[in-house]
Amino acid sequence: MDELRQAYIAESQELLSSLDENLLLLEQNPADSSALNAVFRAAHTIKGGAGIIECDYIVEFTHVVENALDGARDGHIKVDAALIQLLLASGDQIARLLEFAGDPEARPDAETLARGEELLAGLRVHSGEKAHSPLAAAPDSQVESSGGGMVGHDCWHISIRFGQNVLREGMDPLSFLRYLAGFGEIAHLATLLDTLPDAEAMDPESCYLGFEIDFRAETSKEKIERVFDFVRDSCVLHILPPYSHLSQYVELIMSLPENAMRLGEILAQAGAITQVELLAALNAQHAPDHATAPLGEILVEQHVVQKELVDAAVVKQAQISDKKAQDAKLIRVHADKLDQLINLVGELVIAGASAALLAQKAKDEAMFEATSTISRLVDEIRDGALRLRMVQIGETFNRFHRVVRDVSRDIGKDIELVITGGEAELDKTVVEKISDPLTHMVRNAIDHGIESAEVRAAAGKPVRGRVRLNAYHESGNIVIEVADDGGGLKRDRIRKKAVDKGLLGADADPSDSELFKLLFEPGFSTAEQVSNLSGRGVGLDVVKRNIEALRGSTTIESQEGVGTTMAIRLPLTLAIIDGFLMGVGKSAYVVPLDMVEECIELTDGKSRGEARSNVLNLRGEVLPLIRLREYFALPGHIGRRENVVVVKFAGSKAGLVVDELMGEFQTVIKPLGQIFTHLRGISGSTILGSGEVALILDVPSLITLATESESGRRLVQSVY
Amino acid sequence: MGNLVPVQANARPQAIGEQQYLTFLLGGEMFAIEILNVREIIEYGALTTVPMMPAFIRGVINLRGAVVPVIDLSVRFSRAPVEVTRRTCIIIIEIDNAGERQDIGVVVDSVSEVLDIPGNMIEPPPSFGARIRTDFIQGMGKVNERFVIILNVHNVLSVEEMSTLSDIGRHPGEAVALT
Repeated sequence: MDELRQAYIAESQELLSSLDENLLLLEQNPADSSALNAVFRAAHTIKGGAGIIECDYIVEFTHVVENALDGARDGHIKVDAALIQLLLASGDQIARLLEFAGDPEARPDAETLARGEELLAGLRVHSGEKAHSPLAAAPDSQVESSGGGMVGHDCWHISIRFGQNVLREGMDPLSFLRYLAGFGEIAHLATLLDTLPDAEAMDPESCYLGFEIDFRAETSKEKIERVFDFVRDSCVLHILPPYSHLSQYVELIMSLPENAMRLGEILAQAGAITQVELLAALNAQHAPDHATAPLGEILVEQHVVQKELVDAAVVKQAQISDKKAQDAKLIRVHADKLDQLINLVGELVIAGASAALLAQKAKDEAMFEATSTISRLVDEIRDGALRLRMVQIGETFNRFHRVVRDVSRDIGKDIELVITGGEAELDKTVVEKISDPLTHMVRNAIDHGIESAEVRAAAGKPVRGRVRLNAYHESGNIVIEVADDGGGLKRDRIRKKAVDKGLLGADADPSDSELFKLLFEPGFSTAEQVSNLSGRGVGLDVVKRNIEALRGSTTIESQEGVGTTMAIRLPLTLAIIDGFLMGVGKSAYVVPLDMVEECIELTDGKSRGEARSNVLNLRGEVLPLIRLREYFALPGHIGRRENVVVVKFAGSKAGLVVDELMGEFQTVIKPLGQIFTHLRGISGSTILGSGEVALILDVPSLITLATESESGRRLVQSVY
Repeated sequence: MGNLVPVQANARPQAIGEQQYLTFLLGGEMFAIEILNVREIIEYGALTTVPMMPAFIRGVINLRGAVVPVIDLSVRFSRAPVEVTRRTCIIIIEIDNAGERQDIGVVVDSVSEVLDIPGNMIEPPPSFGARIRTDFIQGMGKVNERFVIILNVHNVLSVEEMSTLSDIGRHPGEAVALT
C-alpha cells in the first residue's frame, strides 16, 4: 500500500470516529450547530482525500452525504432522529468502503455497493421531502454565528422595495408578483406604503411600493433573484431561505429602512417568527446596556433560547479550539518506527546492565561511576521512549457511546453511558487489543446486566439504566471497569449451575469472588443459560483469554439488585518494566517491582520453627507462602538463608520464598513463545546483564494458587 | 492438530533433484534434516530451565537478544535425555508456525556433516520399526548403504502439539491416561 493511501485511510478512520461522536452529540441536541459543522467537515475532508487518491466510489457516496449535511447546515433539512440514524449508517458505509481503498485496483463488492445505494436513496428521500432544493444553499449561510434556535418556517422570505423609477422604466411591480406566483405559492404578502408621501407631494409616475412576501416554493435563491432581474439595479431586494434563524430575520429587519417594530409585526403575521420572540430580541438589541451583547446572549436573557443550549454550544466551541491547538503540536509517526526505537532501547538496557556488571566485577571506581551515570540516562530514555507509545484510553471509551446507543436501541432499553477516567494512559498496543474484550463486556452489561424498564421501575430504580466505564492506575497496572446498575448476579443460580457442571463440589462454600470467577470458565454458559442466569458469561471465557494474553486479569464484583462491576487489570506496557530480581538456587526470577510490597528475611525462628508450614505470620496477618524451590521443583538444597518477597495484586498478598534478593532490575520483556502458552505462573522472560535468560513471574496466577492452597486445596505440585 | 503443516511438507516435490541435509547423532543413531530449515549451530550452554514444562523442553537460551526454546529430541522420541558432553550442540531450526517464523533450538549429541541425498535415494517411511513415530519421519535416506532417518521438522517441532503436551503435563493423572 503506498504511503498516500495509508495516510488517507488512517486519517479517514479518525475522521469517522469524530463523525460518529459528533452525530451522537447532535442526536442529544439537534440544534448543536458546531457538532453539525464538525460532521460536515469530517465528511468533506474524507471526500476531498478520496478525490486525491482517486477513490471514485468514496467520492460519489460521500458527496451525497455531504449534500445532505450541507442542507442540514442551511436549515433546509431538518435534523431529526431518522436523519442521524441514516448518517451514522453512512459513516459505517464509508468505513466499509475504506477497506477497499488500500488497493488502488480494488472495487467494493456488489453487496457493499447495494448497501450504499440503499443509504443514498434514504438520504435523497430525506433531502427531497424536507428540502426545497439541495442547491438552494447559500454558501454564506450564517448557521455558525447563531446562538439562537431555528425558526420553523418553511417559506422563503422576500423583502423588496421598488425604486421610484420602476414605473417610468415601463415595469409593473404587479407583474413580478404574478410571475412569482407562477412557480410557487405566495403564502403571505404585506404591502408597505410607508414611503408613500402625502397626496400633494406624490408623483403619479413614481413608484413608492414595497412588499414583504412569504413565498412557498421549491426553488433556489438564484431563481427568485432572476425574477427581479429587470429591476435589480433600482430596487432593494433581500431574500431569506426557509428555516432561517431568528437572528437572520432580526438582521434583515435592522437593515431595512422601515420601522423595525412594524416589520416585525409583518413577519409575525406571516408566521415566520412569533411576536414575543421578535419583540424581545428587538427590544434588547435597542436597549443601550445591551449594545454590545451578542444576539445569542440576548435571546438567552429573554428566555427565548434555553441557556443550556447556548452554553453547550459555547463549551463545544471552546473544546474545538482547544483541540485545534493541541493538534498543531502533534506529529504523526509511523508505529513501526516507534516499535523499532523501543526495541533498540530494550537492547540498550540489556547492554547497559551487562556493562554495569563488568564494571562491578572489575572493581574500578571511575568505571563504576560512569556506568551508573549511563544507566540513569538509559532509565530516562527508556521512560521517554515508552511514554511515546502511551495513549489515553478516553478515545477508546468514547467509541462506546455508539455501541451503547446501537445495542440499547436494538433491544429497546434506555441506557446512558457514563465515562470517567478517560485520561488514564496505557500502551497503544494494549489499547488496540482490549477494544474487543471491552465491547463484549459492555454489550453483556447492556444486554444482560440492565433489567427491562418495567423491572427497574418495580424495583424503584430510575428507568434509565446506566453503564459506567472507568479507568484508573493501580500499582503499575491500569484497571478498567465496566459497571452497570442492573440486577446483579444471582449467586444461588450460579452456584447451582457450577455444581451441576462439576466445577464446584456440592458442599463447597466459595466466596463471591471465587464463585463469580467461574463465569469466566469456558463452557460455563450455554444458550440455555442466557435466560436462567440472566445470560452472564456468554463468551466471557474469550474475554478472559484475551486479557490473559496481555498478562492481565479479570474480576467480577456484584450485588444482587444493585449492579455488577467487571474489572480488567492490565500492565501498562508490554515492553519494559521495572523488575525486582531474586535468585533461587542457580535460577534468577523477576517480579514487577510495582507488585513488591516488602522483603523479609526468614530467620530460624520464623521459617524453620514453623517448619514446612506454608503460611507466615506477618505482623498478625496470615501471609500464604509460595516456596518457589518446591513449586518449581528446582534442584539443590534450601540455602542457608531464605528471604520472603511480599507481593500484592488486586488486594491479595502472598510471600514468595527465595534464596537471594538481587535488587531492582530494568526488565525488557521478551515473550516466551507459543510453546509456553499454557505455562502458568510465568509470564515471560528477560535477558540479564550476564546474557542469561531470567523468567518473569506471573504474580496474579501465583497468588491465585496461594489463595487456593490456603483455602485448603492441595498445592499443585510440579510434575517433572 | 497441525493439519496444514504436514500436507505442506509432503506436498513438496521430492524428486526435484538433490537436496542437502544436515546429519547429526542422537543416542548413537544418525538423523538428518533439510538444510534449508537450519539457521545455525551453536555450542550448548547458558540454558535456563523453565519449570513445570515436560522434560523434552530443556529450557530457553538467549540467541542474540531473542529468547529461543530448546527441545531435547531424544526425550521427544521417548528415549533418555541427551547427556551434555563437549560435543553437545544446539541446532537452531527455523520453522513456519501458522505463517509466523519461529526459531527453535534442538539439542543433539553431535553434528556430523552436510550430505547431498538425491530424491531417488529417499524411501518412504516404514510403517514401523524405526522406533519413533512415523509422522516424525519424512523419509529414509540411503547413504553409504545405511539408512538415515530424515526428520519431518514440522511434525517433530509442531508448536501446537508441544504446547498442548506441556499443558497436559500440568496434570499428571491425565498425562498418564493419554500416553
